[in-house]
Amino acid sequence: MSELMPVLLALTILIGGVAGAAILTWFERRLLGVWQDRHGPNRLGPLGIGQVLADMIKLLFKDDWVPPFSDKVVFIFAPTAIVVAMMMGFAVVPFAPGMMIIDVNIGLLFFLGMTSLAVYSVLLGGLASNNKYALLGGLRSAAQMVSYEVFMGLSLMGVVMMSGSFSLVDIVEAQTDVWFCFSQILGLIVFVIAGIAESHRLPFDLPEAEHELTAGFHTEYGGMKFAMFMLGEYLGLMLISCMIVTLFFGGWHGPALIGHWLPPLFWFGFKVFIIICFFVLLRAAIPRPRYDQLMSLGWKVMLPITLINLVITGAVLLWMEGAA
Amino acid sequence: MQKAESKIHSPVEEDLYRKFGQALFIAQPSADETLTLWVHRDRLIDVLQYLKPKFSMLYDLFAIDERTRANRSGQPASDFTIVYQLLSLDRNEDIRIKVALSESSLNIPTIISLWPNANWYEREVWDMFGVIVSGHPNLYRILLPPTWEGHALRKDHPARATEMGEFEMGPERVAKEQEALRFRPEQWGMKKASDDSEYMFLNLGPNHPSVHGVFRVALQLDGEVIIDSVPDIGYHHRGAEKMGERQTWHTFIPYTDRIDYLGGVMNNLAYIQSVEMLAGIEVPERAKIIRIMLSELFRISSHLVFYGTFVQDVGQMSPVFYMFADREKLFGIIEAITGGRMHPAWFRIGGVAADLPNGWDRMIREFIDFLPARLDHYDKMAMQNKMLKARTVGIGVYTQQEALDWGITGPGLRATGIDWDVRKKRPYGGYDQFDFEVPTSNNGDCYDRAELRIEEMRQSLKIIRQCLDNMPGGPYKSDHPQTTPPPKERTMEDIETLIHHFLNVSWGPVIPEGEASVMIEATKGINSYHLISDGGTNSYRTRIRTPSFPHLQQIPLISKGLMIPDLIAIIASIDFVMADVDR
Repeated sequence: MSELMPVLLALTILIGGVAGAAILTWFERRLLGVWQDRHGPNRLGPLGIGQVLADMIKLLFKDDWVPPFSDKVVFIFAPTAIVVAMMMGFAVVPFAPGMMIIDVNIGLLFFLGMTSLAVYSVLLGGLASNNKYALLGGLRSAAQMVSYEVFMGLSLMGVVMMSGSFSLVDIVEAQTDVWFCFSQILGLIVFVIAGIAESHRLPFDLPEAEHELTAGFHTEYGGMKFAMFMLGEYLGLMLISCMIVTLFFGGWHGPALIGHWLPPLFWFGFKVFIIICFFVLLRAAIPRPRYDQLMSLGWKVMLPITLINLVITGAVLLWMEGAA
Repeated sequence: MQKAESKIHSPVEEDLYRKFGQALFIAQPSADETLTLWVHRDRLIDVLQYLKPKFSMLYDLFAIDERTRANRSGQPASDFTIVYQLLSLDRNEDIRIKVALSESSLNIPTIISLWPNANWYEREVWDMFGVIVSGHPNLYRILLPPTWEGHALRKDHPARATEMGEFEMGPERVAKEQEALRFRPEQWGMKKASDDSEYMFLNLGPNHPSVHGVFRVALQLDGEVIIDSVPDIGYHHRGAEKMGERQTWHTFIPYTDRIDYLGGVMNNLAYIQSVEMLAGIEVPERAKIIRIMLSELFRISSHLVFYGTFVQDVGQMSPVFYMFADREKLFGIIEAITGGRMHPAWFRIGGVAADLPNGWDRMIREFIDFLPARLDHYDKMAMQNKMLKARTVGIGVYTQQEALDWGITGPGLRATGIDWDVRKKRPYGGYDQFDFEVPTSNNGDCYDRAELRIEEMRQSLKIIRQCLDNMPGGPYKSDHPQTTPPPKERTMEDIETLIHHFLNVSWGPVIPEGEASVMIEATKGINSYHLISDGGTNSYRTRIRTPSFPHLQQIPLISKGLMIPDLIAIIASIDFVMADVDR
């Protein structure tokens, strides 16, 4: 039985992830609707949730067209890469005590590795399309994601120093009393920004930037291949939210005093939900920076902040050690 | 007629006579009292060169096919006439220079070196009339497809599809048309590569989310940096000027709504004022104020769309929904008053179509009390946003001189610090009775252009409030035989009334011969209809001068060296609709 557990869990997460991403497409539109004085999809089924089904049927039945001028193998492979990479990322997320597919001592690095892999999807999709807009999108994604990868990794090193481990379970356990969102506030800010850039959502959706590049890297994509990109994007959104909760908001721990009233899985899910809502709000509220502005924000602001954070964290840890 | 010719009515005319000799010129009286002088083609450049320091802006350049015009007394013989209308902002003065061309020698020299915005106008003259502009660097068709045969505004060109033979769009035709649209860099004198890299040529449009309609800009790119660009227009051309020659004076009104399709009845105003000037019709006070009120409501409506799309093009997703919701409220009012929403076609020659409905004042008062708070809110949300500022401040800058050279009017001109608003400088249709300010700013960038429009909305609210508080009584339409048919009850009493009624509703009014154009400060800049009546029931030539046409022409100049996202911000900040460009 205990050997079957990870398999069952893996299946649950696989199906749950896809279903979650699908529902998220609907949820995001409804939430945007609330903030934008309009309804959003509200016709099919209770609260319009049937829209998810309608969208899926539509996408499944679309002509599965591969542009004759594209690099066909890469063109078809690209959208699957992002879904696979994001799905793999979920393997190390500790949803609740004992509830994770695998607890490896390099969990955090595994997550970073998987999100880096996902970048290839966007990059290859853009290049393989052999379309000028897609090419520009691909170029932007290459520059944007490679730079933001750096800060993303570095911003988490403070957390690693404080918990003394790369294992996500250890990191969550280390937050039993105080969440890292207080002590690692700088790391949190950088990670959130880098996270949006990694999942290329508005305001940092430059590879896509519909007002500038029509649809950017996925201009030539339609039907299920397009759906895979969207699935990947929403999985990425969920994964980043899970990681923010795990690394900075105590994972499955509830808030002090009232934390034990409800099961850990609820607290984890609830916090992820709040973070997702926050991401949707960001999308609704903030304009898109220009490509060079995004770059200079990264290298001139984010990188120094991350390094300062590391220095301070290290200094405080050493001082505390010395005091003890 | 003789008297009018001998009278010299402006110092400019005097200067010209002194410099070139009176024999060179033939003065033509016009209903709008604009100085109109005929000049021989050979001296045209000299005369325009002399006028250039005095008249900073080439306001309009168009042609007239005179071959079937009956009433041309006092004008020199001409088959095709080219009209140059110049505008002096500091002296608030116009001059029209006309050149007569005979069919056997249809060419004129280009004046691009004097006013760069002549470029597109001259292409249009070539496209529509087949007049060759010698010395023009790229004399290609501009509004009609490159494969078009004939010149559409010539009188012998058919006006209706049914006169032209069957239209077929078979695969061969599709291939031919597509090939004709292919962008060829060498045609525009562009290099395909620099010393160290190859350029990319990108078709931005005609179908692109941010070009506000069907508009193409061919970009020469080095990475994402724009080296040069060629705007390509004409995809939205519907032959409005040609239709103007076929519709009666009245039935052309609905077509005007669709020129600047966000400006609604404000388009009617530009057209109708010219007709009224030709016919000498006095508009009653109430009609004037109603017109102003509705025009200003439409200015707000148009600016709200601008505001929302501007912010959206910079990447902020939400504000456009709020602004469209507000505009919806506004359309509720427009609908209650006129019965229409975007294109009410509600103004009539001599007045408006109907009186204001009961309770109009309450609706409008509610709206003008409601909007300022919303505008404050949007200001915090969008205009104060640091990222939006980073995207628009200092982007797409042009100087005062560039604005004048390129014929920029409206908020785009005022953003360079020139306080020129037709409503103030030449108060038309009763604007002199209103107290409002003309906002200006000095940077001439995207941000300023947006901010001015937002301030204009507040000023429009101020004007509407004054309309509301001081709406005069009286008739909503002038009692003039050209505008109002005799009372229906009396038509059965005497033959004279019956005949007049019949003619008036079947043929429409006969407008006396003459030429007139009246500038209005439309939502996007100065708009005017140059109407020529040959003394018939329809216009002989309808020239629609729209602000967006020259504004687009300037895009290559201000986007050079910037990046694609900047170009999008520039396009958004210009505030154009393609219907207004292509007509």
